[in-house]
Amino acid sequence: MASRTSRTVIVGAGAAGLATAEALRAGGFEDELVLLGDELHDPYDRPPLSKQLLSGSWTDDRAVLRTREQLRSAGVAYRPGVRATGLNTAEQALTLDDSASVEYDALVIATGMTPRRLPFGHDLRGVHLLRTMDDLVGLRSELRPDSRVAVVGGGFLGCEIAATCRLLGASVALVEPMELPLRNVIGDDLGALVADLHREHGVAWYLGRSVAGFLSVDGRVSGLRLTDGRELDADVVVVAIGAVPCVEWLDGSGVLLAESGGVRCDEHGRAQDGVWAVGDVAAWYSPRHARWIRVEHRFTANQHAQVVAADILARRPFITTAAAAAEPMVPYFWSDQYDFKLQVHGVPSGAFEVVEGSLDERRFVGLYVDDGRVSAVAGAGMAKALRRWRQAVVDLTPVTDLPGWRSAV
Amino acid sequence: MKLSADQDKCIGAGRCVLVAPELFDQRDDDGVVEILQEQPPPAQLEIARNAVALCPAAALFAEDA
Ligand SMILES: Cc1cc2nc3c(=O)[nH]c(=O)nc-3n(C[C@H](O)[C@H](O)[C@H](O)COP(=O)(O)OP(=O)(O)OC[C@H]3O[C@@H](n4cnc5c(N)ncnc54)[C@H](O)[C@@H]3O)c2cc1C
Ligand code: SF4
Repeated sequence: MASRTSRTVIVGAGAAGLATAEALRAGGFEDELVLLGDELHDPYDRPPLSKQLLSGSWTDDRAVLRTREQLRSAGVAYRPGVRATGLNTAEQALTLDDSASVEYDALVIATGMTPRRLPFGHDLRGVHLLRTMDDLVGLRSELRPDSRVAVVGGGFLGCEIAATCRLLGASVALVEPMELPLRNVIGDDLGALVADLHREHGVAWYLGRSVAGFLSVDGRVSGLRLTDGRELDADVVVVAIGAVPCVEWLDGSGVLLAESGGVRCDEHGRAQDGVWAVGDVAAWYSPRHARWIRVEHRFTANQHAQVVAADILARRPFITTAAAAAEPMVPYFWSDQYDFKLQVHGVPSGAFEVVEGSLDERRFVGLYVDDGRVSAVAGAGMAKALRRWRQAVVDLTPVTDLPGWRSAV
Repeated sequence: MKLSADQDKCIGAGRCVLVAPELFDQRDDDGVVEILQEQPPPAQLEIARNAVALCPAAALFAEDA
């Protein structure tokens, strides 16, 4: 008899894990579906944490993606507060921190990432990370209009936290080791735009420096010492220096990791037979880029989920799925800082050139051109135009074929 | 099926329009979603579900009637 998937277990109940469960059910999956995650909350969305939830413009329940009642009625066995501690792929079994073990026929790894920490200082009160709802509640409870906030790390997360803290009235210092924030992701032009944007809103940048140590009084942070010797006063510090994939529980399982530290998968999200990985933790092979790429953005969680659900379903007889794989794997992300809403399609590389609007007005569409082809498009305030330009990324269009292309990049 | 959108959550990604141009559009000024057909015809149901599932802001909802 043909083998039949009888129990699928999804580890990690964030956006990617949840979306995989729902895509399986939407595709007609009828067997047992277990979604387990180590957080106690109903599955929620992370992007609002640094934006609407930190500012208080939304109540926290608006970030909830599905309630446990909704999951129950969708036939998903949601197990909050359960952590996977080990994996035995030969026996197709997981060990869990509540000491029980669970067997699976199909396993989906969706454990996301955990924030990187500084080698010091995290034991002090007033020093925060921001990845989870619990982190958010802790940070927000300390923010006041007269707070002096220092944000360590000028990536997207650090920039968004800085913007939200300014909107709340706090004074904000941003410490970033590069000379321009985000230059490694979106290049010099947009990095400079973001730096100016924050300056105009009264953020004090400390670029080209990092943190050498914390100052404290009675176990509570009172400031930072930078690598150039300068000392900054601060009563709230947020460390936003990136994150690493949650893969330690896979040690010894035989599941292979990519260079980026994520679970190495083919372009359908397969890590090995019967094991898939989705979302921030997953490094999928990208035929477009001819390498494994790990994308830490919200849209990818949904995209991966669709493809993996279709792949799991296709293993079973008599069930067909349509929709899924038609969508080309072009990553997408956005970032909201003050009124500036940046959107990017693709993985930026190469020179940046504005093709509509202007950077001065902060209303623009620009292309990243690498080796004569469009690797990504970025835009703000011109959503529909940006959507049209995205096609050039999908098609990897040679720039010389683009209408309106003026530059000799 | 009945489609609805939470325009306050929408971040103007336009993903829905890419997947289902007959069901969704974006406002010209800010790119926020507008639903063109609240009740998708049978031939568009699968596409509608896919658009809802892909929305990166979890701003779209499909209620099965
Ligand atoms: C504050 C913030 C703002 C963001 N803003 C944006 C934005 O504006 N735009 C954008 O595109 N992206 C943004 N992102 C990124 C986006 O949220 C992520 O890409 C997305 O959450 C990835 O989903 P995921 O399910 O892969 O991982 P996660 O959401 O991290 O979910 C993984 C889950 O697995 C759990 N887990 C980990 N290990 C185990 C284990 N061993 N056993 C059980 N459970 C485990 C974790 O606790 C977590 O609940 C933001 C992220 C953060 C943190
Ligand atoms: S996909 Fe979602 S966020 Fe994007 S325009 Fe449509 S509703 Fe808005």
